[in-house]
Order: sequence, then C-alpha cells, then structure tokens
Amino acid sequence: MAQYNLNINGKSLKVDVDTNTPMLWVLRDHLDMVGTKFGCGIAQCGACTIHLDGNAVRSCQLPVSAVEDAKITTIEGLSENGDHPVQQAWMEHDVPQCGYCQAGQIMTAAALLQQNPSPSDEEIENAMNGNICRCGTYLRIKAAVKTASQKL
Amino acid sequence: MTIVNTKLNRRSFLKVSALAGGGMVLSFSWLAGCKPTSKEMLEMPKEWFELNNFIKIGENGAVTLYSPNPEFGSNVKTSMPMILAEELDTDWKNVFVEQADFYPERFDRQFTGGSQGIRQGWTPLRTAGATARAMLVAAAAQTWNVSASEITTAAGQIEHKSSGKKAHYGELASLAATMEVPEEVQLKEIKDFKIIGNSKKNVDGVKILTGKPLFSLDHKVEGMKYAAIVHPPAFGMKLKSFDKNSVSGMPGIMDVFSVSLFNDDYNRNFFDTTTFPEIIAIVGNSTWEVMQAKKNLKVEWEKAQESTFPMAGRGGATITATVPAGLENTSSHKERMAEFTAKPGNILRKDGDPEGEFKKAAKIIERTYTAPFLAHNTMEPMNCFADVKGDKAVIYGPTQAPEFIMGTLVQALDIPKENIQINLSRMGGGFGRRAYSHHMVEAALISQKVQAPVKMVYTREDDMTSGVYRPTYTATYRAALDENNNLTALHVKAGGIPETPIHPNRFPAGALDNYLAEGWDIPSNITIGAFRAPRSNFIAGAEQSFLDELAEEMGKDPIDFRLELLKRAETNPVGKNNDYDAKRYAGVLELVKEKSNWNSPKDNVHRGVSAYFCHNSYVAEVVDTVIKDNKPVVENVYAAVDCGIVVNPDAAANMGEGAIVDGIGNAFFGELAFENGVPSKSNFDKYRMIRQKESPKKIEVHFVQNNEDPTGLGEPLFPPVFAALANSLYKATGKRYYEQPFAPQLEMQNLKM
Repeated sequence: MAQYNLNINGKSLKVDVDTNTPMLWVLRDHLDMVGTKFGCGIAQCGACTIHLDGNAVRSCQLPVSAVEDAKITTIEGLSENGDHPVQQAWMEHDVPQCGYCQAGQIMTAAALLQQNPSPSDEEIENAMNGNICRCGTYLRIKAAVKTASQKL
Repeated sequence: MTIVNTKLNRRSFLKVSALAGGGMVLSFSWLAGCKPTSKEMLEMPKEWFELNNFIKIGENGAVTLYSPNPEFGSNVKTSMPMILAEELDTDWKNVFVEQADFYPERFDRQFTGGSQGIRQGWTPLRTAGATARAMLVAAAAQTWNVSASEITTAAGQIEHKSSGKKAHYGELASLAATMEVPEEVQLKEIKDFKIIGNSKKNVDGVKILTGKPLFSLDHKVEGMKYAAIVHPPAFGMKLKSFDKNSVSGMPGIMDVFSVSLFNDDYNRNFFDTTTFPEIIAIVGNSTWEVMQAKKNLKVEWEKAQESTFPMAGRGGATITATVPAGLENTSSHKERMAEFTAKPGNILRKDGDPEGEFKKAAKIIERTYTAPFLAHNTMEPMNCFADVKGDKAVIYGPTQAPEFIMGTLVQALDIPKENIQINLSRMGGGFGRRAYSHHMVEAALISQKVQAPVKMVYTREDDMTSGVYRPTYTATYRAALDENNNLTALHVKAGGIPETPIHPNRFPAGALDNYLAEGWDIPSNITIGAFRAPRSNFIAGAEQSFLDELAEEMGKDPIDFRLELLKRAETNPVGKNNDYDAKRYAGVLELVKEKSNWNSPKDNVHRGVSAYFCHNSYVAEVVDTVIKDNKPVVENVYAAVDCGIVVNPDAAANMGEGAIVDGIGNAFFGELAFENGVPSKSNFDKYRMIRQKESPKKIEVHFVQNNEDPTGLGEPLFPPVFAALANSLYKATGKRYYEQPFAPQLEMQNLKM
C-alpha cells in the first residue's frame, strides 16, 4: 500500500492503495466515482475511458502509480452541470439504450473534439472504434459527435 | 370508446395495506441520492398521495410514475410511464419516473423478455392511468358538487366548464386517494393521444451522460465487502478442492469458500439452466484485491458425472432434465449435427404430400445453413449486491426475471420469500442473458456466508466463459420444383444443441400445399439460454436466405416471390394454426419496397431483402452493401416494421437501429467454439464485436401507421437482418453464405474484414 496525491476533476484527492491498482478501481472503489465503467479489464472495450492530461486513456490498464503528476478528468468532471457540448449532443440525439458504455463513449468523443474540432466521418469512426456499444447505438454516437463539433 | 373492467388486474389498482398511507413506497437508502434533477420538472412535493400502485401525486401537482418492468435498454422505463401518463392525462413535464422494485403483490409480470413489456403492459397501464384519472374526477365532482360526467381533464388540470371551477391534480390528490376504485373506466380514443406517439427523451438520460450511479455495479453501502468468483474452467468439470492458503495472505482478502446454487431436492425452474452450479467465492476489501487473489487461487477440478434432476420444461410441466458427462468439442458437435441432419427428425408439421411431390419433382434444391454458439456479452458483466443477515435478504441487481429467481433464492438461502426483497437496478444490457439470474443467488449466498453486505463482480472472462449461450443450430431446406419451375413442396429439417429452432406454424407454412417441418435436438452440458429472439435469430436467416435462392432459381423478384406466397396464405391458407397475419406480413414487404426504392438501386449498390414475423410483429429489411477498397461496407439498411401503435417513436427507432447493428455484427463476426469443454474466447481481444467502423453508414426504420395494439419491438428487427445481409453479400460477391459467421468466408475471398 502507498499514499498517492491525485489531481482529479480539478481537485486534489488522497488515496492509500496498492501500487498496481488500476485507476478504474481507484475511482470506483476508493473515491466513489462510479461513472467510469468496468467492461473488459484489458483495454479493449473503452467503457473505462478517462482523460489523462487531455488524452483519452483506458483506466483499467492505468496503474495509480503512473498518474501522480497528471491531470485526470472523469465523466463526473467533464462539465459542472452535465452541459458539455458532447453531453448536450448526446441528449439531443437520445443516444443511450442501456447506457453502460456511454460515459466511455462521451469521454473518447470529448477528447477527439478537443484535438480535432471538426473531424470527418472517417476520423470520427477511427477515434470511436475502440469503444464497443453492445446495444449498437453507433449511428447516433456518430451523429452526436458531429452535432457537438458544430457547437464547439 | 373502450371501457375496461378494472377487476382483471385489480391488484395493480388497489393499494397494498402494509405499504399504503405513507406515500413513499420505496425506502431504500440509495434512492434518496438519485432523485430526478431535470430543470423542467416540478419541485419535489411535501407530500405524496398514492392513487394506485403505479401512480402517486404530490400536493403541488407533481406525479410519480412507477415503471414496473426491469430496464435493460429497451426504453420501458420511459415508455411504460408514458402510457400511464397518457391515460392519467397529465403533463409529461410534471412526471418523475421511478423504477419499481420487485413487488409481485403490486405489479403483474415484472419481466423483461420476449418483447412483451409494452404488449402485455398496454391495457393494464392504460387502465391504471385511467383509474387514477377517474378518481381525481370523482374527487372534483364531490368537492364541487357537480356531476363527474361534466368534468374534463387536460395536462394535469381538471375543470368544470359550466361553473368555471378549475384545479390541478395536486389540489385534489389527497381526496382522490380516498375515493373508491371505479369498477369500470373509460380509455382514451387513440386519436386523442397526446403523449403516446410523441417522442420523449430517456428518463435516465441525464444520469447516464453525467456518470451518476444507476447500475448495481455502482452500488455501495457502508461496510460492504467485494467478491470475485472462480467457476469451472470447462463445461463438464466440477470442483474437487481448492487451497485457501494460496491466497489467504494476500492483501485485503477475508475469506474463500465454495457456494452451490441448487439443493438436491430442488425442482428447478425454466431459467435454472446453469449446468455446473458450484463456484468458489473470494471475499475481500476491494474489487482489485479479490481479482488479484482470483489469479493466484490454486484449484483442482475433476470431471463431472452425468446428473439428473426435476425441472420445469417449456410450457411449465416438470421434466427430468439431464446434464450429460463429458468435455464437448465444436468439431464433434458438427459431426453429430450432420448425422442428425441425415436421418429423419420429429415431424412438427405436415401439409399435403410433400414426400410424393419430392419424388416426382423435376428439380430439387437443397441447402444447409449453420450458426455457432454465441455469448451475450452485455457491456456490464454479471454482478450483484446482496445483504443477507439472519433470515432477511435484500438483493439489488440486474435481472430481467425477478419472479423466476425468487424460488431459486428461497431454496438456496433457506429464507422464506416474504423476507427476500429483490430491487431492480438498471441493467447494462440484457439480450436474454439476465433472464438467468444466478449471479443474484451467488451474491446472496456469499453475503449469507459472511453475514455482511457484498458486491460480487464477474470479470469479463467469467462472464464470457460461464454461459449462458445462444445454442448452435443447423437447418436444411429443400424445395421441389416441377418442369415449369413452379414450387410444389418445401421441406425444412432443423435442429441444434440442445434445441430445434423451428417454429412450425410460421410462414412459409400456410402458403404451400405441400410442406414438411422436422426438428431434432442433441443434449449437451453447455449452459444455454434465450438470446435476443431465441430460435428466430437463426431460423429467419436460414429461411430467408433459402427463399432468396429459390426466387432466383425460379426467375422471380425476391420481394414479389414472397408476396405471391403471402397472397396465397392470405386468400386460401393451407392448414390450421398458422400464427401470422399474411396481410400485415405483406404490408411490411410493400413498405420496404417503397422506402428502399427497391426497383431502382443506386449504382454499385448490392441489395438483399428479408422479412420475418416474430414476437407478434412484422419486419422487412433491405440491406445495401458496397465494396469499397476491397471491403464490404453496409451502406444503408431500410427496415419496415409493423408493431402496431408505437409508444415512443424515436426510442423505438433507436432500438430498431441497435437490433440491426447487433444482427450485422453477429452475422459477420459472432462465434463461440468449444474445445474439451473450454470456450474458445474469453474477452473482446478474441471475441470480435461489431464496432463503429463496421456499423451500417445509415439505417432507416419505418413504422407502419395503424391503430393495432402494440406488439414486440426489441427482438423482431434482429432475426431478418442476417438473411438481408447474406442476400446482399451474394449480389456483391456472387457467393452464397450458408455458414455464420460470414467474415472468415469473406476473407477467403480476399476481402478485408
């Protein structure tokens, strides 16, 4: 066990966990931030996507020891009132079915638009390809990313 | 005008005495933190008045509607309350929706599956809304001393026009809650619907998009422990022993023990399909720690003997079920299925003299179709929260079928059902998988053993390798043609491990003078269960691919050929018990023909069509494929759907789009094989799921506009897409696709997948 000072959603938070604990479980079990979801544990499905210094990363493969100096954003901190353009676009297109993968989809989309505010269809498909949606809401996801890009 | 008697479903309209009075029915702590926050809604009232089990109204006019059925993404949590709100005649903006927990005393059929939620909920929910409205009207009549028949309602307002008296529902709610439940109520005319048919956003949308706790995996209480499980590595193996010491020193680990789902004398229900019910539980202080211990635990497994036990079969009668011994292989499955295909099956339906027609046929076409086992792969792995102390249990988890797991819980825990409360979490996907809720029993047994609240979580590998799978199937279709190329007889023989996929009274039965359907099945020890549109999800693809090939052989347009058959079934049906309406069936083909502009496709677009009836609904689909950079790309899918009245159109379209994506994904990639009882894939690195890039570029879902009562929607768009895709790929590549998944064959043709 070791003490870590983490910078999450603009707040400084302390945890005392095993060095190898992935950020996914630090967030979920130790910090009660459960918006970041567990899907596969091997960085294949994207449900656990968070931002590490603005980049979309899979928190299930990210040990706590590797992030101490980084700025972390989770779905809970993407916007103060749930009104990030990506969240608004998701609402407009009523994207979710079961909803489980959507926080990860949104975090991937928000990072994409941060780096590329006007992505082409192909760029959206490439960026979003790592996030599985078992309900098959892919078309709405793509449409929502486009809508959000127009609002940015 | 529709008048309904309230006696039939009376328990839903009468308050249960133990729960009445206080207003707040649900007192579980986690609800306190998840009240709706939408700015559009009214403030929470000071007091709630319960009009019936579905509806309570606050003094300020706010309305809480309980959504009875478990929500796994099919939108019932929004759509069912819309039906209540319509007949209650309230303003949707005033509505708070809460998930009802499992209360069989209060609600009928709290089950999500078989696409029956809206169909079977339709009249009870309308009646519940209309009953509450009638009680509000009666309260107004009494207060104002006027006749109830002169009172009108609209959007949560109540009015007596001639005297000019007005009130909102909240002002009358306390009196209305004391009014007698009327014996009969009048339902709205369909033309007067204001909420039904007008799209409403997902009531959990904001919480989903902001990461609020909604799923049982997100649940946490003070003092809660975490549990991981270890299940047998192969079907056919059972636990011999484990070495507790191999993990006892690891950080955060409290206890390791085994639990078993069934007592020896337990009469299993239809959903108790788990074949090897003993697992090991590891309990500790955090998910990560128990998952680490899981990797280190030393376990010895041994081959299991054959077991037999009483179980409810399909239809409910008790059968003696057998789990055979042995470690099964996909290669031997294929050999055995070929053997069964070659010998006579059980005759499920026979019209005319099919054998005679085949004997004198000028030409016989015979084709065999196969599909593998599939894993459901819900994005939220199986998990459950349980708090069992002494003779009381509270269970909060993802289940499609709380009613069916209750009996399993009772015998496993030895706690009477009155003392077991099952609360329903939103599910991160279901697709049939969570009708089999043994994860709830496992969590409850673990909690009972440690006498503390526990959250049990499967890893993805546990989820993918422990069942419950879609069975593997094969179907052989034969058609007899005379010298003029007329179809004279059709024969289908189909089976699977462990069930036949045949629905003997569905189309094309009824459209052919000479028809034979035979089924067979092979027992297995692999845990199987319902998967989105069970049986239909395979047989539709086989049947509709065969009809496509047959139409080509006969020189007919594939849509016209189907319409001819349906015309026969409509005007002069063959045999009895045909379980479809040929006219509605033809209707969706005609609609998809129009919407897809069938007769004039765009250049370089290869189209395939398919139509199927299941879950009381009719669907026709056209898939357009293009070959782009040596890669098959699904450019567009057109769907025409007749599911009667559509409650929430945009959400219905969303689900239709999802079913099409799901079907294309499974047709291209879905596959689980077995070697010595071990599933061939355990995570998404090997099990290929459809992703953004392979999704169709466009999907259009068109609903037939009619006033029929609603029928199924979650499943019916799924089965036909397999054949529409196969038929479209045939046009693109010149090759027919008989074996799912298609991707390996496309790669053999040097196409990129």
